[in-house]
Amino acid sequence: MLMKKRLEQKVEFGFVALIVMLAVYMPVSLYLFPQGSVFSLSLFSINLIGQIMSFALLALALDLVWGMAGMLSLGHGIFFGIGGYMMGMYLLNVSFAQTHVLPDFMQYMGWTDFPPLWHLLSGFGATLALCVLFVTMVATLFGIVTFKSRINGVYFSIITQALTYALMLMLFINDVGLGGNNGLTGFTRILDFPLSSVSTQVGLAVVACLVLAAAYLLLRFLAGSGLGRALVAIRDDEARMRFLGYKTHVIKLLAWGLSAVLAALAGMLYVPQVGIVNPTIVSPSLSIEIAVWVAIGGRGTLIGAIVGAILVNGLKFWLTAAAPSVWPFILAGVTLLITIYMGRGLWGEAKGTLTRMVR
Amino acid sequence: MMKQQTAIYVDGLHVNFSGFAAITNLTMEIRYGEVRAIIGPNGAGKTTLLDVITGKTRPTSGQVFLDKTIDLSRHDEASISRYGISRKFQKPSIFDALSIEQNLELAIRRGRGYLDMLRSKLSGDQRRRIAEVSVLIGLAESSSQPAGTLSHGQKQWLEIGMMLVANPKVLLLDEPVAGMSDHETQRTAELITRLKSPERAVVVIEHDMDFVGQIADLVTVLHEGSVLGEGEMNKIRNDPRVIQVYLGR
Repeated sequence: MLMKKRLEQKVEFGFVALIVMLAVYMPVSLYLFPQGSVFSLSLFSINLIGQIMSFALLALALDLVWGMAGMLSLGHGIFFGIGGYMMGMYLLNVSFAQTHVLPDFMQYMGWTDFPPLWHLLSGFGATLALCVLFVTMVATLFGIVTFKSRINGVYFSIITQALTYALMLMLFINDVGLGGNNGLTGFTRILDFPLSSVSTQVGLAVVACLVLAAAYLLLRFLAGSGLGRALVAIRDDEARMRFLGYKTHVIKLLAWGLSAVLAALAGMLYVPQVGIVNPTIVSPSLSIEIAVWVAIGGRGTLIGAIVGAILVNGLKFWLTAAAPSVWPFILAGVTLLITIYMGRGLWGEAKGTLTRMVR
Repeated sequence: MMKQQTAIYVDGLHVNFSGFAAITNLTMEIRYGEVRAIIGPNGAGKTTLLDVITGKTRPTSGQVFLDKTIDLSRHDEASISRYGISRKFQKPSIFDALSIEQNLELAIRRGRGYLDMLRSKLSGDQRRRIAEVSVLIGLAESSSQPAGTLSHGQKQWLEIGMMLVANPKVLLLDEPVAGMSDHETQRTAELITRLKSPERAVVVIEHDMDFVGQIADLVTVLHEGSVLGEGEMNKIRNDPRVIQVYLGR
C-alpha cells in the first residue's frame, strides 16, 4: 500500500519534470538543431505548444472546481476571456506607445485616443495585478450569490453557460469599446520585446510551460492537503460536511476564486501567442469544450486535465490541416469512444492499470 | 438521581411541509447525562425532529433550544455542529474516497482552521483523540484503508467515531443499528453505553426494541408528530396506547 503511494507520488511529481523538460527543449531544439532535422521543433510547433499549454492551464483550473470540488462550471471561458481581453488591452497600449497608431477599431469608432480606463493597463505589472483583482472580484461575487443560495448541479452549470453567453453577446457590441466581433488584434510588443521576433515567441511558449508546471505543483500540494480533502468530501457529500461543521460555501468560494485566477492567467498567456482576442473566447462552446478536455483526460486527477487538453487540442490542430472535411467527426468519435470505454478518462484508466500492475 | 441540566429543550414545536403536519405541538426536554430513545412508527416525526435540532429544517412555529440559551432555529447546520451537536444519519454517510484516518481528521476539525487544513496540521491533542477513538470503534489497525472498503457495520462505527472525535455535547443517532447483525448490534449497544457522560446527552432513534431496552434511560414515543408517552422502557412497553399504535403491530 505504501509502495503504491510512493510510486504514485513519484509519477505525480515527476510529471512536472516532463513539462519543465519540454520548456527547456523548445529553445534548445530551435537554436541547437538545424531546421528540418528530426530533433528540431519548428517555430510554428513551438507557438502551437505554447497555446496548448495555455489551454492545459485552463483545463487544470476547471479540474480544480469540477474534479476536486464537484462544481461543473460550463462558463470558465469568462475568466479565460477576462484575462485574455485585459492582456489584449495592455498589448494595444504598449503597441501604441511604440507605433503611435491607434488600433483599427478605435479609428473606426472615431476615437482620437485610448479611453481613460485603458490607461490603467499600460504597464505589465499593473495589468497582471488588476486582472487578478478583477477576476477575483467577479468570481467572489458570483460565488457568494450562488454558493450561499446552495445552487448546485445542473442549475449551477446552466447558469454558468448563461453568463458566458451573455458576456459574449455584450462583447459583440461595438459600443462596449472592445472591438466588437473583431475583437482586439494588431499586437506588436509585449513588455520590451517585439512579438514578431523568434526569441519572444519561444519565450512565451517557455513561460506558458513554466506557469503550467507551477500551477500544477500548487494544485498537487492543495490536493494532498487537508483543505484538498475537505474539497473532495464536499464534492462527495456537501450536506454531510455541513453537518460536520464545515462552512462549505466558504471553502467552495476559495477553490472557485483560485480557479478563476488560474483561468485568467491562462487567458493572459494565450492571447499574445495567438495574436488576437475576440468574443469567441467567451463563447458557450469553448467553455463546454474545456469540460470535454478534462473528462477525456480524467477528471479529478490533475494530470488528466493536462493530458486531455493536449490530446484534444493537438488532434484538432493536426486534423484541421490533415483532414479538414472530416475532423469534427473524428474528434466526436474519439470523444465518444473514450467516454464509453474509458470512463475514468485516459489518465484515470492509465493510473488504474499501473496500480494493478504494481500490486 | 440528581436532576441534570437541560441539553435540548423543545417547546410547542410545529413543523408543516406544504400542508403536511410532520410535527404538531411537540414539547420535550433532554438532559445531560441521559441516553434518550425516541421511538415510534414511520412518519411519526422522529427524523424531522432531528432535522429541526440540527438546523436542516426550520420550525413553522415553536422553539428549540440548546442549553436553554441558544435558539437553534436561528442557526445553520455548520454553526449548530460547531456548538457541539453531532448527528449520525440512518445510512452511513462517511467519505468513501478518504481513508479511515482522514475521515476522522475531517471530523475533528469541525470545519475550523483553514490554514491548518492547508498545512494538514493537527494538534497533539487532536492526534491523540483520533488514536483513542480509532481504538474505541475497533478500526485502529486499518486506519489508512479507504473507508469505502469497510463493511456496513464498520462504516456505522466509523461514523460514530467521527462524531466522537469532536467530543460533542449532544449526540443524535438516527437508527444506528439498522442493517447490523446481532453481534454488531450488541457491540454498538456496548459502545453507546460507554458514551454516557454527565456532560453529554445521547439521543437514539431506533426500531429495535431490545436494543432500546439495553441502552435507554428514558424512552419518548412519538406518534403522528406529537409525544404519545414518555418514561422508562418497562412502562412504555406495557402502555396500551403505545402497544396499539406501534409495538402491537
